[in-house]
Amino acid sequence: MSDRSMAGEAPAPRAHAVAHQFDDAAQQHEAGLLGMWTFLVTEILFFGGMFAGYTVYRSLYPNAFRAGSHAMNLQIGSINTAVLILSSLTMALAVHASQTGRKKPLVAYLSVTMLFGLIFLGFKAIEWTAEFREHHVPGPHFSFGGPDPVHSQIFFSFYFAMTGMHALHMVIGLGLMTFLLITARQGRYGPEYHAPVVVGGLYWHFVDIVWIFLYPLLYLIGARK
Amino acid sequence: MSVALAQPERPDYLNDGYGIKSWLLTRDHKRIALLYLASITLFFVLGGIFALIIRLELLTPAGDLVTSQTYNKLFTMHGVIMVFFFLIPSIPAVLGNFLIPLMVGARDLAFPRLNLLSWYVYVVGGVFTLTAAITGGVDTGWTFYTPYSSTYSNTHVVLTVVGVFITGFSSILTGLNFIVTIHKMRAPGLSWFRLPLFVWSMYATSMIFILGTPVLAISLVLVGLERIFRIGIFDPHIGGDPLLFQHLFWFYSHPAVYIMILPSMGVVSEIITCFSRKRAFGYNFIAFSSVAIAVLGFLVWGHHMFVSGQSVAAGVIFSGLSFLVAIPSAIKVFNWTATLYKGSVSYQTPMLYAFGFIGLFTIGGLTGLFLATLGVDVHVHDTYFIIAHFHYIMVGGAVMGYLGGIHFWWPKISGRMYPEWWGRVAAVVVFLGFNLTFFPQFILGYLGMPRRYHAYPPEFQVLNVMSTAGASILGIGYLLPLVYLTWSMRYGPKASANPWAAKGLEWETTSPPPTENFLETPIVTEEAYAYAAPGATHV
Repeated sequence: MSDRSMAGEAPAPRAHAVAHQFDDAAQQHEAGLLGMWTFLVTEILFFGGMFAGYTVYRSLYPNAFRAGSHAMNLQIGSINTAVLILSSLTMALAVHASQTGRKKPLVAYLSVTMLFGLIFLGFKAIEWTAEFREHHVPGPHFSFGGPDPVHSQIFFSFYFAMTGMHALHMVIGLGLMTFLLITARQGRYGPEYHAPVVVGGLYWHFVDIVWIFLYPLLYLIGARK
Repeated sequence: MSVALAQPERPDYLNDGYGIKSWLLTRDHKRIALLYLASITLFFVLGGIFALIIRLELLTPAGDLVTSQTYNKLFTMHGVIMVFFFLIPSIPAVLGNFLIPLMVGARDLAFPRLNLLSWYVYVVGGVFTLTAAITGGVDTGWTFYTPYSSTYSNTHVVLTVVGVFITGFSSILTGLNFIVTIHKMRAPGLSWFRLPLFVWSMYATSMIFILGTPVLAISLVLVGLERIFRIGIFDPHIGGDPLLFQHLFWFYSHPAVYIMILPSMGVVSEIITCFSRKRAFGYNFIAFSSVAIAVLGFLVWGHHMFVSGQSVAAGVIFSGLSFLVAIPSAIKVFNWTATLYKGSVSYQTPMLYAFGFIGLFTIGGLTGLFLATLGVDVHVHDTYFIIAHFHYIMVGGAVMGYLGGIHFWWPKISGRMYPEWWGRVAAVVVFLGFNLTFFPQFILGYLGMPRRYHAYPPEFQVLNVMSTAGASILGIGYLLPLVYLTWSMRYGPKASANPWAAKGLEWETTSPPPTENFLETPIVTEEAYAYAAPGATHV
């Protein structure tokens, strides 16, 4: 994804060098931010295709979708939601630490954010393994005992496509965080130069927000007793 | 502005490093444009060869040259390569990359490394698609309609889809880079309404890249998942809906048509103002009509699905909305004509292409109105009328604009002039060959010859022979610039900084420009196209 270049040509040798194509640091910073926002627009539309499809089938087969939603592990889903919201908080604190040039808190907050990300993915893996055992994975071996088992497969198709795509974004985000962590430990960020952390933060928040939409759509639509 | 110091041998971007590495690892937008130029030309030649085989097959009513299976693969590969690997990236990636930083007075695009990455992404996508072509091809048509593509076709759908998916990211990254550059990196004094119209058209195009391409990407991912894991989102057996794919696909692919035509419109605006020595008539209208086309383009995808089984109400709404696109398009044509009016017009090669563009785009656009009309569309649906219509837009419009732009900026790109006489001959040959190829197809389609058939009733033969003859002439017309432009790179006379006496920042630096584009940051003090033609009335 080369988020690094999007961060406005992350400089190799010096901390706040302005890349040759920019006039000054402010222009570079703004360009980096606008670049990331524009990229996030494309991401919204990328997920938007799946959301549109989900909406169509949800209205066609409400029973199947409700049953599918019932079969979700609400506990894990809720814990994961909390974990992600917390990670967004620590990410925001990391951005603040980078802007004020406090290296130690920055490293700490980035590490905690990554830890939350890993916890999320761990829970996701547990969830997927369980679905796999119960033959909820769409395909020839699919089986599901709801009121409308045939169409439930479409629900699970969306479940795996959407959470899979989301998890993939988390993995990319973790790669991004690793880069930020390494450069933060080198003490590269301070009041004059912190665009990569801000831009990385935007990406992280975006991935969280997608989950904030996925959680009710996948876990909560079937009203539970 | 930006006065160059008189030095005998000034370094320019072409002789700033000679090795392979200096090209493949370059971050200079001008060199990346040339990398694109080379790879896009390669794809154009490939797509053209496929087209010629298709036309040869259709020379006789019997399907005797290739089997029907091969024929299906031929037109699919022709479509995939021409749409995704030539038409969509052609002007943005080559001319846009080269010109946008120059036109806005910047030293480079905002994200040079991202720019290089987008070329590599394009090449990787191309390798996937070509691998699919070489190892057996794909027969779904370039639209990959489900459930045929997701369930039934036993050709290399996944490989092709992956190739197109990857290439999409190249478009997204290019569009993103353009938007940020145009927003943040304009030279002092260069306000939005002093921007060249080409920049406006690239801005509108980038909006479509950003908003449309991801939706295509996800639909192709879903087709791929459905093929590999049988997940069934588009599979009617388990209640999935093939129409959903068409909706998602055309939500991108209809706006993509404007990706192909908008950049050409920008090029034509530059050429027409320059060679009639006039200010653009209705600058604001031309600029905003680009944006209007981009926006309206997203609202009309359903006109591809009039006979798909969508509701009548949807058909009527999409029909109505489709008519609206004619308005900004017509505004442009009217404004170009008004710009020409009382200008001191000269008929150089780029201008001939611009005239060709206006003529062909007008025919293509007007027949588009036929197709937006619900009842007429049902009659000519999936016939050669459609083929003729979109080739008038895509080939007659996009390719004419592309060739015109390449000629117009060739002195700036290569630092050399091309042989003017050959240029004019090629422009005329392309125009005649094009019309001979595609005009008969309007009649064929109206008479009922369906598209994508490799055999047809004998009464259609005369028109098909005309079309094939035209395709041969068109092929020669395309070959000519390839030969003399390549020749001129080495042997052409050196070009001055501004051989056309044109306006615009790109003409104020040397030809070819130095690596950093401008020795000093230019300051803009006048509006775009401040031409003063003798005897011309300014409007």
